[in-house]
Amino acid sequence: MFKVKPLLTSLFVVAMVLGTLGGSVMAQEEITLTMTCRCVAGGVNNNLVVWLTTYVIPTFEEMMAEQGKNVTVELVEFGGSDEQLKEQYALDLGVGGGYDVFAFDGFWIPEFVEAGLLQPLNQIAGEAVDEWEGWEHIPPGIQAIMSYRGEVYGIPAGTDVREIFYRRDLFEQAGIEMPWQPTSWDELLDTARQLKDAGIEIPLQINAGTSMGEATTMQGYFMVLLGAGDHMYDFDEGKWIVSSPAILDALNFYYTVYVEEGLGDARMQLVEDGRNRSFEAFRDGRIAMLVEGDWFWRSVLVREMGVEDRNALVDWAMMPAREPGAGYRGQDFVTISGGTGWVLNPNTEHPQEAWELLAYMSSRDSQRAWELIQPRINFRDDVPVAGDPVMTAMAEALLPLTTVRPMLPEYAQISYEAQLMTERVVSGEMTPEEAMAAYAEAVTELVGEENVIVIPVE
Amino acid sequence: MRVYESPVARIGLTVFALAVAGFFALPLLWLITAPFNPRTTLAVELPSEPSLSNFETVFGNSFAVRALFVNNLIIAGGTMVLVAVIATLTSYGLSRTRIPGRDLLIYVLILFSSVVSGTAAMVPIFLLAYNLGLVDTLTGVILVMTGGYLPSAIFIMRDFVDSIPRSYEEAALVCGASPLRIFMDIAVPLVRPGVMVVAVWTFVNAWGAFLIPVVLLRSPENMPASVAFYSFYTEAGTPLLTLVSAYAFLYTIPVLLLYLLVNWKFGFRFFGGIKR
Amino acid sequence: MEERSAGVFSGKVGAAFLIPALFFIVVFLIFPFVWIFYLSFTNQTLTGAAAANPQFVGLANYARLFDFERWMRAGEFGSSLWITTRFVLGSALIGQAGLGMSVALAFYRRRGFLREMVYTLAVLAWIIPEVVVAFCWWAFLDWRSGTLNHILGSLGLGQPDWLFDHPLLSIIIFNTWRGAAFSILLFSSALETIPPSYIETADVVGASAWQKFRDILLPMLRGHVLTDLILITLWTFNVFTPFLLTGGGPVFRTQLVSIYTYRTAFKFFEFGKGSAIAVVMMLINLALAMGYLTMLRRRRVTA
Repeated sequence: MFKVKPLLTSLFVVAMVLGTLGGSVMAQEEITLTMTCRCVAGGVNNNLVVWLTTYVIPTFEEMMAEQGKNVTVELVEFGGSDEQLKEQYALDLGVGGGYDVFAFDGFWIPEFVEAGLLQPLNQIAGEAVDEWEGWEHIPPGIQAIMSYRGEVYGIPAGTDVREIFYRRDLFEQAGIEMPWQPTSWDELLDTARQLKDAGIEIPLQINAGTSMGEATTMQGYFMVLLGAGDHMYDFDEGKWIVSSPAILDALNFYYTVYVEEGLGDARMQLVEDGRNRSFEAFRDGRIAMLVEGDWFWRSVLVREMGVEDRNALVDWAMMPAREPGAGYRGQDFVTISGGTGWVLNPNTEHPQEAWELLAYMSSRDSQRAWELIQPRINFRDDVPVAGDPVMTAMAEALLPLTTVRPMLPEYAQISYEAQLMTERVVSGEMTPEEAMAAYAEAVTELVGEENVIVIPVE
Repeated sequence: MRVYESPVARIGLTVFALAVAGFFALPLLWLITAPFNPRTTLAVELPSEPSLSNFETVFGNSFAVRALFVNNLIIAGGTMVLVAVIATLTSYGLSRTRIPGRDLLIYVLILFSSVVSGTAAMVPIFLLAYNLGLVDTLTGVILVMTGGYLPSAIFIMRDFVDSIPRSYEEAALVCGASPLRIFMDIAVPLVRPGVMVVAVWTFVNAWGAFLIPVVLLRSPENMPASVAFYSFYTEAGTPLLTLVSAYAFLYTIPVLLLYLLVNWKFGFRFFGGIKR
Repeated sequence: MEERSAGVFSGKVGAAFLIPALFFIVVFLIFPFVWIFYLSFTNQTLTGAAAANPQFVGLANYARLFDFERWMRAGEFGSSLWITTRFVLGSALIGQAGLGMSVALAFYRRRGFLREMVYTLAVLAWIIPEVVVAFCWWAFLDWRSGTLNHILGSLGLGQPDWLFDHPLLSIIIFNTWRGAAFSILLFSSALETIPPSYIETADVVGASAWQKFRDILLPMLRGHVLTDLILITLWTFNVFTPFLLTGGGPVFRTQLVSIYTYRTAFKFFEFGKGSAIAVVMMLINLALAMGYLTMLRRRRVTA
């Protein structure tokens, strides 16, 4: 539907060309592919626009021309928020429209598939998908970002990991030895107490509350829950864990940090612009330890929330399990990854060419070009992070430990309930026990009694 | 109330006026200082080195610039003209004919508009626009918003029209003037302040509108400023205050100018200056 | 005004003036409204299984709203309605209408710089786009660096974290600030229509200011007061801007019904449930309006 305009334009162009050729035969069909992402030249995700418009699109068009195909790629920049983009996708796909190739957050996939809005890549573009060389260079854990129930719906664009960022100057002030790496929650909390005694205002900030949305679930709740040994979902049983000793441990950790000892600032977690407040406080040296994702390093710390000399002032450490070996899958340290990717539109008129574009973007050469513009953790194991040793170190240490969110259509609502549970604890409105009971009740209502597990707390 | 004006009353009034002015002005201070500060925060502080660098960066974002200076003007201007014209016609027609339950009827329509312009309505609105071929067109946004603002505009306008004495029109009618002529030559000049109030009201609403454009528009060439605002956020979803404040400043100027212009030319007040 | 029942035109000519509005109202108002009304009886969503196969669920969406067992729990519909009620009372009736009337009376039959300044600033607060306003108010209310706390601090007063310690009060003050201009302008214009001779007569018999307000101004203004209350009540019921300031928190303490609808319809795409809330809100507003209009009719009878 939204291809009407480009289609008309291309008809017009074709007519003009035909006219000038004096009616000579124009056998070549002109194909226009549309793609979109939350990216704007000079605005949000500017680097992505640069990469697409200066590298991917021109070289792809050239490659197609060599194969005798006349393909034009049109990038539709979207400057709004992620939520708005998601609504537009759902509306457009629902009426059989939409862009040919579009950026997509992995955890939206299940609900879109259940609604019949997306299809597996190989159903859209056929064998070419299965034969693609790239699959063997994308580790299964990362392919999972864009998969649902064993089918692959897209190619990842990259992934991320989460860790503790700390300020060396404040650690020095408190006399804490560096490099610093806690091996248990007790050590982490002891460091926080030491910082507090040294007069640091906010020793440790870890996300909680609904106003931060997925940032709470991913950088906050999951980081402690995994450290206490549980996931939100039991993948073997196929059920949601709604009440367990690990959930209670996680909530008690929040309780210690925010309510009992005031090691973190609960206000920041409960007000609307709290995340920005936390970035600002870290920049201004009021927060000593902040649990965040790697983009905090590569994107936030270099913009206006940046510090003078990032590499000298800021370091990072892995998030420890409650005690060594007590983490998820018996791990000593934990992290979790999310990620975005690109999907194909089931309604596309040019499935082959759309797939070729997607595959081309995700090729080794294209990704190397991308790394030169924006060093980040690549989804391909044959493309290293370019020129940022800190990012490389994070990727090497944490990717082997990582896990992902449950890819299920009800995840978004359950994630919200988890955020709410942490909000109730850090605001002091409920005790950890009460908050867990309220969470269990709400999740059970959402998915039904037969889909939840309760592990008794002794 | 003005007959005995003691000095005490005069001082009291001045204090009251200053307090009210302060109440309205203080929250806006940030909008004046922040855009010119290259390291702005949420604090209101005079920049130590005032600079236009924030604006330079904003103007480098051609998407946001176009949104503000082209699309917003088309959307808000188009909606304003449509609403002002139709609301004037309608409220005049309603005022000069006998329609039982008129006020209740208008009010029920206002209620409908409050439902239809809410978040819950976005699926029907999208599908409606889709079937009319209006998705990703500024026309679609203008038409949908016009439908949403009309009832309230008619309701506001009604008071203006009702306050015009009808003796002129009756005289003109006796002289054989056509209804349209009466409307154009007699009614419109008399209700002009009302038209202006409705026009400004519609313009500022459409200028800040967010939900309907997000649902209906797709191409960056069509997006309004309320959506483009988010292009000054980080990947993590937090605002870059330097750029946000500069863009907010630019975003505010046109509505301010429109108000000042209308107020200066026509006077911005409700239901005219006709003394009865 | 009272002779409005006499028509200048015949019904046919009058109807001609209404045709353009009729088109918009039928296509863009009544049609979508009927659709929403229908959706409120389904489990329609935008994503997930119910998007592909929406089911008719009867009154289930309504029943869920009025599930009295959890109705008043934080975040549920009843508690949102109670928050909204206090918000409307505080910011529309007391805040906007009260401030509007005070300012209009204070500047009754006056011109000059002070009046221009107050009116221009009030209108400015009213016309600035809402995203801009949200940032201004964050800056104003910020705990550490906000303008308000700077002022309070320099006066030696306490400096609360406004959006955290007094969230509902904050959005009430905010909405008063945001919308007072409408009432100020409406009441000012209304006062101007009162012939000065009425007041002068009252002065001669030595009436107090309060008596003049109650016995002369208020009865003459009642129609305008009701117009004002009807509009600002409805607008305040549906206002969404506080969401930008507080997101409905902390812990749902500012979750107005408009934010509750947003959470349901936009965040989780549950349009069936969202439609039901919208319909219920409309009925509540209709009931209020019937109350207002009854008062208006009583005025006509006694007038």
